[in-house]
Amino acid sequence: MNELFRIILSLVIVIGFVLINSLVLVWLERKVSARIQLRRGPLYVGWFGLLQTFADALKMLGKELIFPKNCDKVLYFLAPILSFAPVLGAFLVIPFGQHLVIQDLNIGLLLVFAFSGLSFIGIFMAGWASNNKYSLLGGMRSVAQNISYEIPLLLSSLNIVMMAKSFRLSDIVRAQAHVPFILLQPLAFIIFITSALAESNRTPFDIPEAESELVAGFHTEYSGLRFGIFFISEYTYVFISSCVATALFLGGSHGPFLSGWAWFLMKAYFVVFVVMWVRWTLPRLRSDQLITFAWKVLIPLSLFNIICTALALQLLKQ
Amino acid sequence: MMEYASLLIVFAFAAFVAGLLIFLTSILGPRRKSEVKEQPFECGFDPITLPRGRFGVKFYLVAMLFIIFDVELVFLFPWAVVFKKLGAMGLLEMIAFLGIVVVGLVYAWKKGALEWE
Repeated sequence: MNELFRIILSLVIVIGFVLINSLVLVWLERKVSARIQLRRGPLYVGWFGLLQTFADALKMLGKELIFPKNCDKVLYFLAPILSFAPVLGAFLVIPFGQHLVIQDLNIGLLLVFAFSGLSFIGIFMAGWASNNKYSLLGGMRSVAQNISYEIPLLLSSLNIVMMAKSFRLSDIVRAQAHVPFILLQPLAFIIFITSALAESNRTPFDIPEAESELVAGFHTEYSGLRFGIFFISEYTYVFISSCVATALFLGGSHGPFLSGWAWFLMKAYFVVFVVMWVRWTLPRLRSDQLITFAWKVLIPLSLFNIICTALALQLLKQ
Repeated sequence: MMEYASLLIVFAFAAFVAGLLIFLTSILGPRRKSEVKEQPFECGFDPITLPRGRFGVKFYLVAMLFIIFDVELVFLFPWAVVFKKLGAMGLLEMIAFLGIVVVGLVYAWKKGALEWE
């Protein structure tokens, strides 16, 4: 009973964190993009425009919810919920500090990937149910892209599992007490970050929601906070990917002077910043280039990397 | 067991919160239905073709390749955890397995399954 109470309490904290965090991330993205394009970004609402996204969210709350004609009502209703719930589930296993983890499961890493796989079912449902050809095309592309990049993502994290000998994320962090894995596995880190960018549908991989050709893709027909929930889950997914990259490659909560959770959050937000930087620097790729890049470059590279890691570990042991 | 029961709690809770947010919007937002508003968006004019018509067969090919590679990944996962205990023999066997996977990828590549025209 005590355990149940602890889980529910931590869930309430996580929900609050997710909602506020995604609003702050949207603000940060607007500020970063403004800096890169020599603008100033949101400025007037609150301190440095910090409250701008809160005001936007409040405005969204007062908008009309539309059911488009001939849409699949049940799927249309369920899609935003189904894309939001799994992203939240991934918070369960992320070790924010030495003992700061809600459920330290022994298959933590697998669970994160399973949940991220579930969330694009929600995206495809949205594309299908909207009764709009742009949405359907966006949903199709989203699934093709996500399943293509899922393989290099898993293969590159497999190197880390081989070195740490565990799927438990806190074990992986503990294995990096002296040397973070990014120094030992630079190629795996690059493959991981590239695939994570593609998995979270961010530029240069934002084909599913390419504004200029698909008019926002799978969420064209969504309005009000239904659209807002897609937005929240996208930004939270970026944050989760950054957290996983931090735990796998950047040494997690290890660092001098400051306490563990401060180091973890600093590293995670730095990765988020890099993701935004990439978005506002690189142009969008074409759909076919994107999928052939996954199959012809990333997958052979990551298979090669796994064999190299296995050989190196085996030779070092002897 | 309790560890995995918490997954269900997370799912129910997250769905509840998302549902609550949508419910709040439906209370606070206006409700003015109109014919034009409910039409599927297509840059202003009437929809020309039905949205749930044909689409590229390449999407099926990518999905099939994905299933094959994902099953192979499932074999790699348990190996990665215990591979230091298995020693040189385990390594050789996995290199042979990966070799077969690579031959399959090269075959699909040469057959043109990865080309999008």
